[in-house]
Amino acid sequence: MSVRYSSTTAYWIAFAKRQPDRARWIMQSTRRLWLSQCVGIAALADIAAAQQHAHGAVQSSTPPPFQTLDPAMAVEIEAITSQIIPSTDGPGAREAGVIYFIDRALFTFDSHLRDAYRTGMAGIQQKRREMFPGSASVIALTSDQQIELIRAIETTDFFELLRTHTMYGFLGNPSYGGNRDRVGWKLIGFDDRMAYQPPFGYYDAQEQK
Amino acid sequence: MSVTFHPSHAVDFLVIGAGAAGGVMAKELSTAGFRVVVLEQGPYLTERDYKHDEIRYVYQPGLTNNPQLQPITYRKNESEKAQPIKAIQYGRQVGGGSVHFTANYWRFHESDFEERSLFGNVAGADLADWPIKYADLEPYYTKAEYDLGISGLGGANPFEGPRSKPYPLPPMPVKSSGVLFDRGAQKLGLHPYPAPMAILSKPYQGRAACVHCGFCEYFGCEMRAKSSTLVSVIPVAEKTGRCEIRPNSYVRKLETDARGRVTGAVYFDANRREIFQRAKAVVLCANGAETARLLLLSKSKRFPQGLANSSGMVGKYLMWDNGGSAMGLFEHPLNEYKGIQVTRVIHDYYRADPKRGFYGGAGIDARFDYYPASFALQGMPSNAPKWGAEYKKMLAEYFTHTMTLLAHTSSLPQFGNSISLDPDLKDSWGLPAMRVTFDYHPDDVTTMQWSLTKQVEILEAAGAKKTWTSGIALTDMMPSNHLMGTCRMGNDPKQSVVDRNNRAHDISNLLIVDGSSFVTAARQQPTATIQALAYRAAGYAMQAAKRGELG
Repeated sequence: MSVRYSSTTAYWIAFAKRQPDRARWIMQSTRRLWLSQCVGIAALADIAAAQQHAHGAVQSSTPPPFQTLDPAMAVEIEAITSQIIPSTDGPGAREAGVIYFIDRALFTFDSHLRDAYRTGMAGIQQKRREMFPGSASVIALTSDQQIELIRAIETTDFFELLRTHTMYGFLGNPSYGGNRDRVGWKLIGFDDRMAYQPPFGYYDAQEQK
Repeated sequence: MSVTFHPSHAVDFLVIGAGAAGGVMAKELSTAGFRVVVLEQGPYLTERDYKHDEIRYVYQPGLTNNPQLQPITYRKNESEKAQPIKAIQYGRQVGGGSVHFTANYWRFHESDFEERSLFGNVAGADLADWPIKYADLEPYYTKAEYDLGISGLGGANPFEGPRSKPYPLPPMPVKSSGVLFDRGAQKLGLHPYPAPMAILSKPYQGRAACVHCGFCEYFGCEMRAKSSTLVSVIPVAEKTGRCEIRPNSYVRKLETDARGRVTGAVYFDANRREIFQRAKAVVLCANGAETARLLLLSKSKRFPQGLANSSGMVGKYLMWDNGGSAMGLFEHPLNEYKGIQVTRVIHDYYRADPKRGFYGGAGIDARFDYYPASFALQGMPSNAPKWGAEYKKMLAEYFTHTMTLLAHTSSLPQFGNSISLDPDLKDSWGLPAMRVTFDYHPDDVTTMQWSLTKQVEILEAAGAKKTWTSGIALTDMMPSNHLMGTCRMGNDPKQSVVDRNNRAHDISNLLIVDGSSFVTAARQQPTATIQALAYRAAGYAMQAAKRGELG
């Protein structure tokens, strides 16, 4: 299984270099396959189908997939935000579309932070090269290596920015491109009905009895 | 019904700032027959504009001053060079901070007006008695509660001063945090009571009751259930046909004549054109920070130190919302995100007590003022992981099982804490930026630390599985929202800026009514007192106008 996984990873990296924007969509569409670490030859057909579907979905909505981020960099950012809220035991930052929220933020209300991303990601790549000589990218690192890399940079201002954007992208209003299907709200138990009647919780219900 | 005045028309009163105080002044003066223009630097939004959008209203300055347009610099003391930091924050739209506030509506205690006499001097601070007493303000607290619509249980707080009437509306329904707080506090022999809130528990004066959506603090209320001046008194003022609310009007200077009386204000309109609005009298309600800044910006040959500043006290004695938070995790879901933020309070630790060995006190409330993303970023224990699989697992449990206590603690008036003009930085209109100088008094810090231990005791008595506390560093208080002092009220024109009726000592047709008049900061929660002062000052202003003293 691990051999098949790593050979698929090598294929993936080469593909991502050639066609980074398509790679981005494939990642999005096949996340469960990746998570189960069971991607095989048969899965590649699914990838193609998913890719087609994803492109259809994009074409049907007017904005392009990314308005500010270079797709290759988006893949790298997403490798990190997907460790901030991983896809363990249910959807994480990746499934929530946090990267799309970040792209939208950098295009609109946080446009002044584009440079912070550029220099921040350059700093992370520098650290990666130091820690894992010969590695090609953050996405190409194993999950354990990614975690090790983040531990080395978790006190930086840029990581705090990434963390902040990840939380708003995971738990903010879905209209900004993140929190897809309200996966963030479902995780924490936030029910967005926006109007409630008491009792609200266990203890005030107890009191009412 | 709405009226438009020409700028060359000298209206009876020009109110600057349409917030908690300005809205009250507009209503009181216009319903009494005076012609009023209100200049508000922010937009005129209504309930239709508000959304449950944490990204827009918590992450971005949706309803508050935007530091990209109006930078603020901060330094700890005079020896430092101030750096751009959003040290303070205020509501910037018609309704001001009363639109986005949590809606806590505490009256000050009798002791708050005479702490210097009761406690004596505190080294390094200038504690002073107010020139008015609680009894002078009591009728106006009552008037505010009825005019605006406040929910609460009169007499339930045993430490409060005497009140002439109960609240007009019953208290809001208790949340799980309130029930647990009651249990813990009562076990310790304390006296929890239903929080007085500027939110409608029942329909009132044509407005609907709260639907418990939970989006109060930082948000505008799309149900019009939060009793902001925007939905309560400002519509009444506009209905008179004598009051014009003029939004997007950013005042840069008050003008004076040869006699040293104010003649109106120069402001930038939405297109950044300069307009001079004439007036017989000016009421400055621009908040505890911008009011001082505007007086300093209004310097002239005759008033080289700025307006109303012969004492040199304009901008001095800034006080803000010191405090500290303790959080508790409980076995069962509390779902604190539902419903208003605060439902229970104690004032047992409110009054300063020399036996403690330091000056200070705390009002403590049970609350939850996080939204999903802000909880993920700030609501978790400080020693918990901040990312990763374990963090995600904790988040799934903690959001619905956590409650917060918040202590609102004293902030001593210190001469060195101030609002001044930054010598270098300019805002987007080319005006000198606001510079904030602020440091804690040692007793402020001791009080906060002491309040944290008291809060943890309560949470533990309530059965919390786990407790943790917030930081109390200066940066943890920023941006400060409760802006007090800076135009101190007093009988001595050498030691204060306004008299006991909120009239500037130096200029007889200038009134200053907002948090800036506060002599001391009590235990925060300034809105009820700001509005009571406004009702009282409006009465004196009308009498003075009728005597011809203002024209």
